[in-house]
Amino acid sequence: MITVENLTKTFTLHILGEKKIEACHDVSFGVPPGGFLGLAGPSGAGKSTVLKCMYRTYLAGSGAIHYQSSAYGMVDLATLSDQAVIDIRHREMGYVSQFLKVIPRVSALDVVMEPILSRNGVTRDVARKRAVSLLERLRIPTHLFDAYPATFSGGEQQRVNIARAVSWRPRLLLLDEPTASLDQDSVGIVLDILKELRQEGTTMIGIFHDPALLQSVTDSVYHIS
Amino acid sequence: MPLHTWPKNSDHQDNDEEHRVGYPFGFMDEGAKKEIRRAILKAVAIPGYQVPYGSREMPIARGWGTGGLQITLALIQPDDILKVIDQGCDGSVNAVNIKKFVAKVAGVTVTTDTAVATIIQTRHRIPEERMTDQQILVLQVPYPEALREVEPSEMETRRMHAEADYSRMWLYLYEDIVRYGEITISYRYPVTVNGRYITDPSPIPRWDVPKLHMADTLFLFGAGREKRIYAIPPHTAVVPLEFEDHPFRTEDFAGKSCARCGASDSFLDEVIDNTQGIRSFFCSDSGYCDKRREKCSR
Amino acid sequence: MQPLIRIRGLTKRFGSGCDRCLDETGPEHDTNLCPHCGSVLACNDLSFDLFPGEALGVVGESGSGKSTLVRLLHFEWEASAGSMEVHRSAVGSHLLAEMFPDNGDYSKNLLLLSHFQRRQMRNALMGIVYQNPHLGLRMGISSGGNIAERLLGAGWRNIAKMRRRAAELLEKTEIPVQRMDEPPANFSGGMQQRVQIDKALSNNPLILFLDEVTTGLDLSVQARVLDLIRNLRSEFKLSMLVVSHDLGVINLLCQRTMVMKAGHIVEDGLTDQILQDPQHRYTQLLVASQL
Repeated sequence: MITVENLTKTFTLHILGEKKIEACHDVSFGVPPGGFLGLAGPSGAGKSTVLKCMYRTYLAGSGAIHYQSSAYGMVDLATLSDQAVIDIRHREMGYVSQFLKVIPRVSALDVVMEPILSRNGVTRDVARKRAVSLLERLRIPTHLFDAYPATFSGGEQQRVNIARAVSWRPRLLLLDEPTASLDQDSVGIVLDILKELRQEGTTMIGIFHDPALLQSVTDSVYHIS
Repeated sequence: MPLHTWPKNSDHQDNDEEHRVGYPFGFMDEGAKKEIRRAILKAVAIPGYQVPYGSREMPIARGWGTGGLQITLALIQPDDILKVIDQGCDGSVNAVNIKKFVAKVAGVTVTTDTAVATIIQTRHRIPEERMTDQQILVLQVPYPEALREVEPSEMETRRMHAEADYSRMWLYLYEDIVRYGEITISYRYPVTVNGRYITDPSPIPRWDVPKLHMADTLFLFGAGREKRIYAIPPHTAVVPLEFEDHPFRTEDFAGKSCARCGASDSFLDEVIDNTQGIRSFFCSDSGYCDKRREKCSR
Repeated sequence: MQPLIRIRGLTKRFGSGCDRCLDETGPEHDTNLCPHCGSVLACNDLSFDLFPGEALGVVGESGSGKSTLVRLLHFEWEASAGSMEVHRSAVGSHLLAEMFPDNGDYSKNLLLLSHFQRRQMRNALMGIVYQNPHLGLRMGISSGGNIAERLLGAGWRNIAKMRRRAAELLEKTEIPVQRMDEPPANFSGGMQQRVQIDKALSNNPLILFLDEVTTGLDLSVQARVLDLIRNLRSEFKLSMLVVSHDLGVINLLCQRTMVMKAGHIVEDGLTDQILQDPQHRYTQLLVASQL
């Protein structure tokens, strides 16, 4: 499904006198369809960098990211056109980071509903039901559904974030420390949700700060040094 | 026949000879006539378009019909028959003065009968009797620019006409309807000529606007002070600006008729007797009214 | 997917120009003013595409040329050079023969059309919202009238239909319909912006230009207007060109962004990439300066 080949990323900071910072070096791995790969390594090794290069938030310095897109066939995400990347992000590839991107005046329920409506083409009712059930599973209190997430606690925000990322059932999901701010029970619920998503065929690549969690949830682990 | 010499067989009184010395036929020199005729040709070729021209000094003041007068003098021939009306009336002081002046400098016969005239110069009215393709109506125009109400700049109104950018005029009408329930323009009602230019038909009442559409006669418009000539040639579409759900309508004289001749199909002037306070209505077109009375009295 | 609009080599020069203007202005020289002839190269050889349904951000400081770019695309100013072509799917059938003489996918250069033709294209394709509502609205005309003006320009001649359309739009932007006949001069700044948006959308444009539309508004008002724009975009499938110096606004509205400096596009790409992995020196400076 997705193969990373000799991925190297170096930041050049012009405003600091052309200072170069190597973020990741010569990373290579593959993930079969429906698989779950974990990325492990010490802090600063480049785990987030790899995910961001795959999502195209970062521009890869060299190397390739071969992805089997349902819409475009086999493509190299590192060099793909902006338009195609936007399309792939919209239809196939999702990303969960540690933090919810807060959009003003959009309620928690709407945050989760929006991607379902825009990507799955279902009615408002269907989208609403799915969103509600997700939020309920993630133990967001009902009275907060219509509230704006800006004022939620970190854990609540993150749970909304996860709901938003999985609600539209992407083919490929990239997870960057999704459970970092969650308590033990919430983590369990999130893992259950991810497992269900996997059963429906979603391929995943994830970073988890807890090594035991990482081992338990993923099929294989790639170590970045 | 060159028109700078007087026709030998004119039947004018002798004391007029002294007044005519030094003036060409029709008062204006040939150069002026040529330019004005060219402006008229251009105006006829581009219906509704205001043609700028060099407006000459006339023996009447600006704002008293110099534009119409210049057109009449540029066109008139010795065998023309002239009628001049002001707000429909042959007897108004200004109409009489203009008529006498033109008769004197061109030696033409004058009349009050619309059907007999070949050239009719008019201020703010179109005669009730339908004119033919052998006649010309010359209208006196105070403000030739239909868009002036919405745009004070001449440069800008010229651009608007050039680019047919008329949405602001339509907007003005929309605002009228929103504010008053209908378009409140009574005279100078804007029309679209030949599907192209928005034109000011001069301060004729709404009643007269339909007469411009697909007429047999040539309408010439002269604004002497503003130095513009424009035209509506025969068989030209002239459509008042209107909305589908707010169509153009003329003045309503239902139940009223002229106290002199009994007409209920002409534009009526309302007259209030100052002493008794009685309202009466009279045909604005005095020639038309006279004709009807004559017919009745036979 | 093919671009909706293709811009190539778009240039706007104020002044007489000389043969050194293009080379001696730009971000490396940190100026858009030619040192030899004094001409200002407000936009210098800009090339980019705008795709259907996308929101493209244009970010830069004052003097970067971003507002000039909007003025050029909206046919308000004459370009000094360059081309702008539109895809045939965007043009009404009655204009196809005129705009696509060789029957290709892209029209002839719109920048070379007559004023009249450009106005036709503008009325059919584009809407614009300015930072200053006085630029986009007639303050002395009713709000409904402001919206109707575009419809009138497009040939609508039914008062009731126009008022219905205006009411529809006012409702969408949360302006009480009873205030339709009031002039925007009576409204608050945020409401005036919303009337501008209504006016811009009245004739179902394919492209919406937003020129610093929330600059100067209170935060809560800004949030409301941005939220509105987001909703309208998904509902109407609009393409948008969002000009702003506020990276937060760009981040919220746009998936792709161009960074302009001294009349040039120094960088373009996915918005999150521009903000998190800026490549060009100036973009890095900009991102680092964000509050």
